[in-house]
Amino acid sequence: MAIELSPQSVDVNPPSSFLEVRDLRVHFPTEDGLVKSVDGVSFSLEKGKTLGIVGESGSGKSVTSLSLLGLHKGSRAQVGGEIWLDGEELVGMSESQMRGLRGRKVSMIFQDPLSALHPFYSVGSQIAEAYQVHHKASKKEAKERAIEMLKRVGIPQPERRAKDYPHQFSGGMRQRAMIAMSLVCDPELLIADEPTTALDVTVQAQILDLIRDLQEEFGSAVIIITHDLGVVAEISDDILVMYGGRRIEYGSVNDVLKSPEHPYTWGLLQSMPHLGGDVAQRLNPIPGSPPSLINLPSGCAFNPRCSFKEQVPDGRCTVERPELLPVLGSDKHIAACHLTGEHKAEIRRGATSGAK
Amino acid sequence: MFRYVIRRLLISAVILLVISFITFVIFFALPSNPALLACGKTCSVQRLAEIKHSLGLDQSFWTQYSEFLKGLFAGRKFGDQSVLITCAAPCLGISFKTDEPVLTTLFNRFPADLSLALGSAVIFLIVGVGLGVIAAVRKGKLIDKVAVSGALFGVSLQSYFVGLLLMWAFVDKWQILAAPGYTPITQDPNAWFQGLILPWVTLVILYLAMYTRLSRSSMLETMGEDFVRTARAKGLSRRKVIFKHALRAGITPIVTIFGMDLGSLIGGSAVITESVFGINGIGKLAVDSVTDSDLPVIMGTTLFAATVIVLANVVVDIVYGVIDPRVRLA
Repeated sequence: MAIELSPQSVDVNPPSSFLEVRDLRVHFPTEDGLVKSVDGVSFSLEKGKTLGIVGESGSGKSVTSLSLLGLHKGSRAQVGGEIWLDGEELVGMSESQMRGLRGRKVSMIFQDPLSALHPFYSVGSQIAEAYQVHHKASKKEAKERAIEMLKRVGIPQPERRAKDYPHQFSGGMRQRAMIAMSLVCDPELLIADEPTTALDVTVQAQILDLIRDLQEEFGSAVIIITHDLGVVAEISDDILVMYGGRRIEYGSVNDVLKSPEHPYTWGLLQSMPHLGGDVAQRLNPIPGSPPSLINLPSGCAFNPRCSFKEQVPDGRCTVERPELLPVLGSDKHIAACHLTGEHKAEIRRGATSGAK
Repeated sequence: MFRYVIRRLLISAVILLVISFITFVIFFALPSNPALLACGKTCSVQRLAEIKHSLGLDQSFWTQYSEFLKGLFAGRKFGDQSVLITCAAPCLGISFKTDEPVLTTLFNRFPADLSLALGSAVIFLIVGVGLGVIAAVRKGKLIDKVAVSGALFGVSLQSYFVGLLLMWAFVDKWQILAAPGYTPITQDPNAWFQGLILPWVTLVILYLAMYTRLSRSSMLETMGEDFVRTARAKGLSRRKVIFKHALRAGITPIVTIFGMDLGSLIGGSAVITESVFGINGIGKLAVDSVTDSDLPVIMGTTLFAATVIVLANVVVDIVYGVIDPRVRLA
């Protein structure tokens, strides 16, 4: 049984947003200590909008999304905070209530479709099954619906391909099938966990287009989880940057990508290749590796890898955890960094002149 | 699928040929003299030579082996004008002790063997997998610990001990059951069932542990798979997630082991249980034939056991193909 750390937080009123996550905490007790996979994450999302959650492996992106489906229930995870979806609170919800929402109201496109689809059942039957869970439909109706969905996601000869097994599909087709399965009940919230990671670039673009088209058609809210800022820039309205299970920067795509405020976001942007860039120029990776989620570095969790901590006086970065503060001149852009505005402006000027 | 089965059967035939050859070599390498055994205690030199000739033992190894193989398809005749024994195809030779064709002996013993093996196998498969699944689903809970340690306790006991203990309790002390033994099912189904309860239970206690543990670990592994998470994310009920999605994938290693166990049980490996309960099965036949140096019977039982195990593996492969579509196409 999941143990709720604090089922009722300060604010118990259902919020006005379609999805609102408040101070979400997902902790896993292990022999080595408490793994704080998600530690105080909040965000909100409206219908028809897309949120991109960005971060390295182990930053808590996937754990966050799994808690939106209540998939930590029954595990040893301790889930705290609040998740409000369309006026309903999901964290304290019973497993059977949650089951009614899964696949119907909230559904998920998983990362690696080859392992996420059952190898022993045909693609069509797996999609039909997802439909039958929430609809009183005969086998034939569900099968027709599955074929219709496969057609919708652009699988040629859907009647024939529905009888095929996942291993008979190509990578891109499998991801399409996965998308068809997650959309079969017209979910209002669609979570895509690294939907394009295993795919090549052309297929990647097709899949993103597909998600966007389907979003327009159904008006769903979409959360896209990725470590690829290119994907986020293309598809999202908002960005949430996570590091060590915490939020470090959150705002609209425009704000975050045009004027990133956190050195980690800078690092993510710099480690991306540019299409028009010099081929000889080496990519600029973020030094070091993601922190242990059991013992996060004190102060700012990013400080051991941050090359600007010297510019903050009194070593505050290693001692004091930076608060998420609103960025001047934008309505919802927030970032957690001790650097002052002037410092950042200076560093950014230096970076642009250095790159030239 | 059809070609797959044919190919498996052809490979099996080759394996059996090799096994028959090896058993024949062992037959030759053994230091005993079959003719002397057939002849009896008062045996003249001339009589011995006659018997040797009539059994074909005076011929070379290769001639004898080809005669043996021929006998499998065309049948053989043993003896001379005075005593002629015909052994119809497929002929595995005749017993030195009873002069009966080996195959007839095997077929007489087979029903007892099959009843014992099938009955217990069905029980330990269902109960073992059931316990394993429950233990996996309730991992770390009381029922998990009881199932795992109870199973370990069962496997630590020996079948002659369990068998005797059960007989003492149910037959002698409480007198709930009649003395165990084998009655053909065609003769009296009720007696058949009653007589086999204790032998079945003995075998189940012996095999249950492995099935419980195996299915528990296999289930734990598949329940951590991504596709099981997908099944939950669809909103499927717990029952469907466990039985339709996790168990279907987790059952494959159990099918493999079960095929081999069932094969060797039918092939006579339950010999201790057979002896304890006085069931004349093939295992007991094999042991008796070794004591009597009845070489054709030793060979016959060996080949029979090998055939059953090989066939069981073919069945396992076919079942695999049914369970896993990826195997079907390979």
